[in-house]
Amino acid sequence: MKRGGFLVTCAALAAAVAAGEIPLSERKSGYEYMSRGTRAMQDDDTTNPATLSLLDGETLWSRKIGARSCADCHGEAQSSMKGVAARYPAIDAKGRLQDLEQRINECRVERQKAPALAFESRDLLALTALVGRQSRGLPIDIKVDDKTRGPLAAGREMFHRRQGQLNLSCAQCHDERPGIKLAGNTIPQAHPTGYPIYRLEWQGMGSLQRRLRNCFIGVRAEPYAYGSKEFAELELYLMWRARGMKLETPAVRP
Amino acid sequence: MARTVVNMPAEARRGEIIEIKTLTGHTMETGFRHTERGEPIPRDIITQFVCTYNGTEIFRAELFPAISANPLITFTTVATESGTLEFRWTGDKGFTASHSAKLTVA
Repeated sequence: MKRGGFLVTCAALAAAVAAGEIPLSERKSGYEYMSRGTRAMQDDDTTNPATLSLLDGETLWSRKIGARSCADCHGEAQSSMKGVAARYPAIDAKGRLQDLEQRINECRVERQKAPALAFESRDLLALTALVGRQSRGLPIDIKVDDKTRGPLAAGREMFHRRQGQLNLSCAQCHDERPGIKLAGNTIPQAHPTGYPIYRLEWQGMGSLQRRLRNCFIGVRAEPYAYGSKEFAELELYLMWRARGMKLETPAVRP
Repeated sequence: MARTVVNMPAEARRGEIIEIKTLTGHTMETGFRHTERGEPIPRDIITQFVCTYNGTEIFRAELFPAISANPLITFTTVATESGTLEFRWTGDKGFTASHSAKLTVA
C-alpha cells in the first residue's frame, strides 16, 4: 500500500515536471546546441553569411522608395532602431498584433507609399535583419499588459495543443524533450533569439514564420499563412517565453 | 555587383603568416534541380576564385556544384611586402565580382 502511494507520488511528480515549462535559469539559446564551427561562423561578422543580407539592408535603408527612404524619417538605424526588435511582436495603434516584418511593411505602405514586400523576400529579410541587428546583445523585452494578455494566452494554448497527423504539440518536443535527438538533430528549446536567421539547411535567410512552418509540416499539420494572426500569437508567446534572453540577430543555425 | 566581404589584417610583420577570409553572396544553383513543372533549373555557380598579391597569383580555387551558397573561402599567405591584394570571382552567366585590399608590411 505504502509502495503504491510512493509510485503514485512519483508519477504525479513526473507529470508535473513533464507538463511544466523550462525554468528561467535553465533556458538555452539554440546557439548553445550548435557545433563549435557553426558558433564561430556566427560570432565573426566576416564569416557570418547573414552579413551579406545586412549589407543589402543598409543599402535599402537609405534608398528612396515611394515618398521617402527609411533613413529620411528614422535617421541612422544604428541609433533609432536600437532595442526595437527586442520588443516585437507588439500591438500597433489599431490594436492588431504585428511582428517585425509586418511592422516594416506597414511603414512601407503607409509612410513610404510603396508596395508591401512579400514575406520571405530578400528585401524584407534584409531590412528585418538590419533592424534586428541593432538589438543584438539586448534582452528580449515583451510587455505583458491588457492588450497583449489575450494574444499571449492564445499563443500559449497553440504551443500546448496537439496537432497534425503525428498529434504532437510544440511543448512535447521543446518543453519536455530539448537536448535529445530527433533523427540526427538535437531538439532545441525553441527560443527565437536570432531571427531572421541564416540557416545552413536553407542556404539562405529566413524568418521565424518560415521556421515555424517547418515544424508544422514536420508534425504533418497544415501551416498557417504568412502574416496570419495565429503565427503572430505563437511568435509573441515564444518571445515572451524567451524574455530576458539576449538577441543574437542575425544568427546562424544548422 | 555581388556582395563580397573580405577579412584580413591591414598591417603585418615581414614573414608573418596572415589569414584571409572571403565571403561572397551567390546562390550556387547546382543545375541538378527542377522546377515544380519539371523544367531543369540551369546551373549558376561561381566557377573560379583567384587572389593576386602585387600582381602575383598566390591562391586559386575552382568551384563546383557541391559547394554551398555564399561560399566562404579561407586561406593563408606570407606577408612579404607592402601592396595590394586583388580578389576576383568569376562564374556562370557572366558573373564577376572583385575586391581589393591594402596590406602594409613593416
